[in-house]
Amino acid sequence: MNARPLPASLLDNPRLDRWIHFQPDRTVRIATGKVEMGQGVVTAIGQIAAEELDLPIDRVVVLSGDTTNGPDELYTTSSLSVEVSGGSVRLVCAEVRAKALERAALRLNCSRDDLSVVDGQFLQNGAATGQDYWTVAGEIDLTQAVTGAAPVKPASSYRVVGQSVPRFDLPAKLSGAAFVHDVLPKDVLHARTLRQPNRGATLASLDEAAIRRAAKGELQIVREANFVAFVSPIESVAQAAAAAAPAHAKWDNVRHLEAAHQEAAWLKGQASDDRRIGAWPAPATPPQHLVQMTVSRPYIAHASMSPSCALAEFRDGHLTVRSHGQGMHPLRKNLAAVLGLPVEAITAQHLHGAGCYGHNGADDAALDAALVAMRIPNRWIRLQWRREEEFGFEPVGPAMLVTLHVDLDERGRPADWTTEIWSPTHVQRPGTGSGYLLASEALAAPPPEVAPFDPSEERGGGGTRNAVPIYDVPAHRILHHLVVRPPVRTSALRGLGALPNVFAIESLIDDLAARAGEDPVAYRLSILSEPRARRLVELVAERAGWASRGPSGTGKGLGLAVARYKNRAAYAAVVAAVTVQETVKVDRVWCVADAGLVVNPDGARNQLEGGIVQAVSWTLKEQVKLDAEGIASRDWESYPILRFSEVPEMQVEFVDGAGNHTLGVGECTVGPTAAAIGNAVNHALGVRIHDMPLTRDRIMAALLKA
Amino acid sequence: MAIAFTVNGEPKSVEAAETATLLDVLRNHLGLMGTRYGCGLEQCGSCIVLVDGQPAYACTREVGTVADRKVTTVEGLGTPARPHPLQQAFLDEQAGQCGYCLSGIVMSAKALLDRNPAPSRGDIVAALDRHLCRCGAHQRILRAVERAAATLRNGGRA
Repeated sequence: MNARPLPASLLDNPRLDRWIHFQPDRTVRIATGKVEMGQGVVTAIGQIAAEELDLPIDRVVVLSGDTTNGPDELYTTSSLSVEVSGGSVRLVCAEVRAKALERAALRLNCSRDDLSVVDGQFLQNGAATGQDYWTVAGEIDLTQAVTGAAPVKPASSYRVVGQSVPRFDLPAKLSGAAFVHDVLPKDVLHARTLRQPNRGATLASLDEAAIRRAAKGELQIVREANFVAFVSPIESVAQAAAAAAPAHAKWDNVRHLEAAHQEAAWLKGQASDDRRIGAWPAPATPPQHLVQMTVSRPYIAHASMSPSCALAEFRDGHLTVRSHGQGMHPLRKNLAAVLGLPVEAITAQHLHGAGCYGHNGADDAALDAALVAMRIPNRWIRLQWRREEEFGFEPVGPAMLVTLHVDLDERGRPADWTTEIWSPTHVQRPGTGSGYLLASEALAAPPPEVAPFDPSEERGGGGTRNAVPIYDVPAHRILHHLVVRPPVRTSALRGLGALPNVFAIESLIDDLAARAGEDPVAYRLSILSEPRARRLVELVAERAGWASRGPSGTGKGLGLAVARYKNRAAYAAVVAAVTVQETVKVDRVWCVADAGLVVNPDGARNQLEGGIVQAVSWTLKEQVKLDAEGIASRDWESYPILRFSEVPEMQVEFVDGAGNHTLGVGECTVGPTAAAIGNAVNHALGVRIHDMPLTRDRIMAALLKA
Repeated sequence: MAIAFTVNGEPKSVEAAETATLLDVLRNHLGLMGTRYGCGLEQCGSCIVLVDGQPAYACTREVGTVADRKVTTVEGLGTPARPHPLQQAFLDEQAGQCGYCLSGIVMSAKALLDRNPAPSRGDIVAALDRHLCRCGAHQRILRAVERAAATLRNGGRA
């Protein structure tokens, strides 16, 4: 039997016991390096294990993000968890199932082919044998490397995968303690920080006496170069100290920003690292029918509901950290590098936090807690960021400016297409060479500045993500200006560049349809040969009653958009219905997606819905604001997000994709949703707004200009 | 000083400053971790509890003002083994993603259903509009409250 190519996670973590462990209580522990952030990955991976092992789902316990007992799968990103970690768990479980049956066959002195597994029990020609995984577990050598050679079940026989199994983690979250924030070890000390305003800023003076007066209680001030933490057995004392501290700290070398830096338009003309991708050189002949369009979106906050938090304890030379970061193995390595500890002297364990939708302050809070723990050993430190700290110091999703230069053929179809992108980097994750844990820059010997870079095209790109149209375009090329000195720290936000790029492409396609005098759906279908995408466009148009779409300019609009996330993950087609008066109200959204074999349909629908709502919020409302000192939007009033009264009705569905392999689904709706809204607003007003967010001021300006 | 009040039906007395926040007292004195800190500014609703049946922001409410009153937190509704119909409805609808906002939302919903057993969709939206949810589970949450209302009108049976 030929072994299939192994997923990267299995090449990095080949030993079976890194993934699976039979526990004395007759459960099986499946370990994954991917972590639960509310996206349901732990449940989906449990389903895959239960399926391959033929176990009831309640016999499966999933251990997620644990450097001691689990695999290193880097970060939980890019809608890859079910594909990569789930794919790994499937192969591991198939192999362990085969090994267990071999052992049972030896014991029973029968052929392996006589045995079957039903609800974890081993049957011989259908009859009970008294044997199961736990009776033979001691005889299976799980220190062996996975070969990938054991046969996996055919999808046609699945009974757990493909079912809407309820989330494992939700009951606890609805009834009490559930998050890292909620863990209070004995004699825990609470900590808060004073943040260095920017890299290079130095703390000239700190009026500790004034801070102690404001804190009104037992307080330790931990200071290491330009890192300061306030530590107390009383949480409110640490909080009061941190709230008072900025007024009592004087900094030198503070960088001053301007409000203009917050706009995407500022990016053009800044120093950039330029790359050319695709069909270069451009044609020497002048374009015949050149159409150009520029769109933008501003800096966007992850805006997690919970400020970042971490627990750390340094005892007997060993550091234990509990964090809601997106990767515990990377966190361990990054902490080791900053603290000068061997990697083996650190344990990192994931505990739940609020949804992060990308790289927020979680890892940074873990270093903050560790720095305090190293200075105050033998005590658990619980360090939590303040709300204004979360908004003010988390990395934000980068602003982007996208210009399309498209030459049309005689029939008004794209003949030659150049996409020009201006964007800061989309990834400054610590440990990838692109960024650092925040507090490391405040220490006596900060790490050298890095030259920013984006994820490679092979990994879906960053600013270039989804820049390649899904349509039949004879020649496409990208000019990517990676802006090297943005005003704020930028990193991964759900979808990376997909949202502005899909917004640009789908806005232009609608305009081209209008130019050709054709219906936007008909025009799309005339240049879209990808069968899976065509099917979604046709279906979503039918669901939304596209055929009876009214005239333009009535204040009511219907818009459609489609994309395949990363041009290789799930497909989604979206129609948005809007009402535009002074502001845009998204009334209803229809979405049809194709994610191949869906492991947990309700959980995946929840992801589609969540992506839609978040994209509505980004498109209509959100922009990180700057002032001289940095990020100025530091609360929910200055950074409003979509509310219950503003959330659209939604109708989302998956087409039956069981014949195709599983595609990541968490980010596939954000681009099409933003673009569908843009097209719907254009339909409602008869005027296109090119810059997100689509605010009242921009609507008024567009109407005046029209 | 000692401040006495009822929490989830049990009389409690805590040694705390009257100006301490109710959130701080619930979490750090009474070990009730289901009430969550989100912003400390009455802007997100993560910390909502009931004081004498009315929704209150625990993040800013001074504990001195709840003396001799009845405070209800999410722990007072039910447990994973014995969930309250509201909690069960949220599970039935899988109404949540990360879950951080849910305990506050469930408490506001409790106050709504106590005063209005048959709320319209608009009534529910109005009652929950002070709450933020970043994951986008809003529509599921609205359905869950409707489902819980129906269950409770039916005597607690689904």
